[in-house]
Amino acid sequence: MKAAAYRTPRIGIDSVQHQARMTELWETEPGLKGFLSTVDHKHIGTRYIVTAFVFLVFGGLEALLMRLQLAGPNKELLSPEQYNQLFSTHGMTMIFLYALPILSGFSNYLWPLLLGSRDMAFPRLNAFSYWIYLAAGIFLYVGFLMGNGPNDGWFNYVPFAERDFNPGLNQDFYSLGMVLFGISTTVGAANFLVTAMRTRAPGMSLDRMPILIWGTLTANVANLLVVPAVSLAFFLLWMDRQFGTHFFQPANAGQPLLWQHLFWIFAHPWVYAIVLPAMGMVSDGLPVFCRRPVVGYTLLVLSTVATMILGFGVWVHHMFATGLPTMGMAFFSGASLVIVMPSAVAIFAWLATIWLGRPVVTTAFLYFASMILLFVIGGVSGFMTASVPVDWQLTDTYFVVAHIHYVLIGINVFPVLGAVYFWFPKMTGRLMDERLGRWNFWLTFIGFNLAFLPMHLTGLWGMPRRIYTYPDGMGWDTLNMITTVGSFLLAVGILLFVVNVVKSLKSGVLAGANPWDAHTLEWSVPSPPPPYNFAVIPTIASRHPLWEDRLGEPARSSINRGMLLDEGKETIATTPLDAEPDMVLEMPEDSYAPFLSAVATTLIFVGVLVKLWILAAVGAVATIGALVAWLWPRRELREREPPPVQEAVHG
Amino acid sequence: MADSPAIALAEPKDIPVGPIGRHGIGYWGVGTLVATEAALFAYLLFSYYYTGASAPHGWVLEPHPTLKLALPDTILLVASSGVAWIGERGILDQRPGQALWGFGGAFVMGVVFAIVQGYEWHSKPFSLGTSSFASLYYVTTGFHMAHVIVGLGILAALFLWTALDYFSPRRRLTISAGVLYWHFVDVVWLFVFSTYYISPYLGFGT
Repeated sequence: MKAAAYRTPRIGIDSVQHQARMTELWETEPGLKGFLSTVDHKHIGTRYIVTAFVFLVFGGLEALLMRLQLAGPNKELLSPEQYNQLFSTHGMTMIFLYALPILSGFSNYLWPLLLGSRDMAFPRLNAFSYWIYLAAGIFLYVGFLMGNGPNDGWFNYVPFAERDFNPGLNQDFYSLGMVLFGISTTVGAANFLVTAMRTRAPGMSLDRMPILIWGTLTANVANLLVVPAVSLAFFLLWMDRQFGTHFFQPANAGQPLLWQHLFWIFAHPWVYAIVLPAMGMVSDGLPVFCRRPVVGYTLLVLSTVATMILGFGVWVHHMFATGLPTMGMAFFSGASLVIVMPSAVAIFAWLATIWLGRPVVTTAFLYFASMILLFVIGGVSGFMTASVPVDWQLTDTYFVVAHIHYVLIGINVFPVLGAVYFWFPKMTGRLMDERLGRWNFWLTFIGFNLAFLPMHLTGLWGMPRRIYTYPDGMGWDTLNMITTVGSFLLAVGILLFVVNVVKSLKSGVLAGANPWDAHTLEWSVPSPPPPYNFAVIPTIASRHPLWEDRLGEPARSSINRGMLLDEGKETIATTPLDAEPDMVLEMPEDSYAPFLSAVATTLIFVGVLVKLWILAAVGAVATIGALVAWLWPRRELREREPPPVQEAVHG
Repeated sequence: MADSPAIALAEPKDIPVGPIGRHGIGYWGVGTLVATEAALFAYLLFSYYYTGASAPHGWVLEPHPTLKLALPDTILLVASSGVAWIGERGILDQRPGQALWGFGGAFVMGVVFAIVQGYEWHSKPFSLGTSSFASLYYVTTGFHMAHVIVGLGILAALFLWTALDYFSPRRRLTISAGVLYWHFVDVVWLFVFSTYYISPYLGFGT
């Protein structure tokens, strides 16, 4: 039996024998068993990244179809209904199934490595979050492939989403799929929050956390509070459609604008949630290639937090054209103008980092640096629409489409591609091909700008969004053709990226632990990292544990000597502010419970979708069973004290 | 080596292995659950007040809802929180009997609450599809009922696990987390109750 409830952890030096023991404790079993039961954050993170990337490709193919349809006037490649489903599914895929999950994937993979820990705070919950995400993605895409994709735009306004106007299963798939997806996001958010607050390496006080941690943390605090709004909205819509309620139906004193409020109370913070972690990637990655610490760490952190807090108070700027009271609109317009300031702080901090550094131009650097430019363009067009009269002119035109793509491709996809170039060697042990990387970068950069910069003009010249075709002679033909050409160029760039990933996986140059000579903790462990991440728990003395000598920091972090914590699957919990060691955490073994409860939960949703109540009931009972098994107090996890008798026996 | 800077090294002495009392990351986990659930109810009540504020006169279908059952039922639910707390004290003071009475008592009080609330639904002069007000009433109280049922499941599990002698004053995070959830279920009802049973008397939406 295990030792007493209190212990003084042994201090030791990283050694081969110790590593062998740790591998035995932490390694996931090979084969299907390990695949379905692993709780290793690196496996889960990789799955998130790959799955999200597959959805990016789906969403991209949908976009290409639409661009073919819009390449010239009066084309008939797609029917209006097909076009509706394509643009709605494209939005749903990119915004929900790609943009956040890709960042959750990177954060899942990187967080424990950045924090000097051995796993996330709740590893099983982490696995559950992934399986539910995958299930929700499949659920939504089954609808789409059956011809029942969302058909009312990603923000799905009522009354068109109501049954009278939309009798198929399209909206039911979308509603229930989004509620399911919300479960994944919410439990993931809880996990990130507790991980950041409680499992940092000793010495990593709040002001030493990498900015990626700050970005993902603030994004997920927001998700925890706003995801219920959209889950509720979709649930109420489903009730309206299937059970005769009247939440959004004016004929029975319902309020259609309630949908818009609930949706945007969620969706505006969500827009920040899908860019703040990506901005964190730039804040952490750019300085490595500028060979100096980031300028204005504190300001960057404060601007991240400020953006999120202000982000709660700007949702009505999506609703300026709905006839709200002027006073209310003035407030939200003001808030939307103010939120530019923290973004500007970040821009200047990055520019100063480049200016004061000695930039080494790599593909990752190009992606990170180009994001600054794209952010400025997307930010300025956002600033314009924060003004009510300008918004009235531009709303529902292609100007807004151009804006959202500058924001989401510019501040999400570009940093993510940079992040892949940057962290691929850590994850796989091999560097990506730089020559192919340059082609990849310039094709995506030129293709993207060619597609979306002229689109601002398309909008200013009055082309409305969400029309499946347009007549001749409106002056939009050339612009649309340019956009179509640009979008295909962008797609070729992404294809080259995939080629590079596949090629580098096989034959990339071996990277070693720290190929970029970077400064954060993840680069102190081998590439790819061993299952336990850190053989000994490091102690952190500064923001840049690996650059302390050259920066002349007053103290040194201890990387190779520290707590061994090898009496089981263990890691350390620290206090929330100062990261003082607080308790030994006993981490769960691999388990089928997350996978099974995710399958059971999905059964409930399938059951209620087709109104097969028996199936839903079976799913509910199975979910309860899996959860009880999951939460059952176990002595191995020290959730209770061993009874004295057994203590004596096992001694 | 005299000139080299100090190496920081955390060497904690005698730290707990796993949670001690309510001190452990599991309690943080339940805290985040309560936060997101509280947000859900905030949006439900926002939906009520927003719809009501923009609706025509006479939106509230019962300007003077009877409190004859609802008020005692509310008091019962809040009291059950105290009883669950007494159960938690029983674990702390190593009195398993008191703990069993506490969790069992809170469970029974919760069941009575749910039955009375079911009767309350039955006796309303409107149904789910009557109007947006009726829809909001049934769905909001229905959401709360779903949380009561989950809470009852948790209380039952705590009862069972206490009977199996799984806990001690130090190893009781599960107890404290479960009781915290039950407190949440009870506190959030006060907001639902004030909205649907008290605010009409104050003139909202009537």
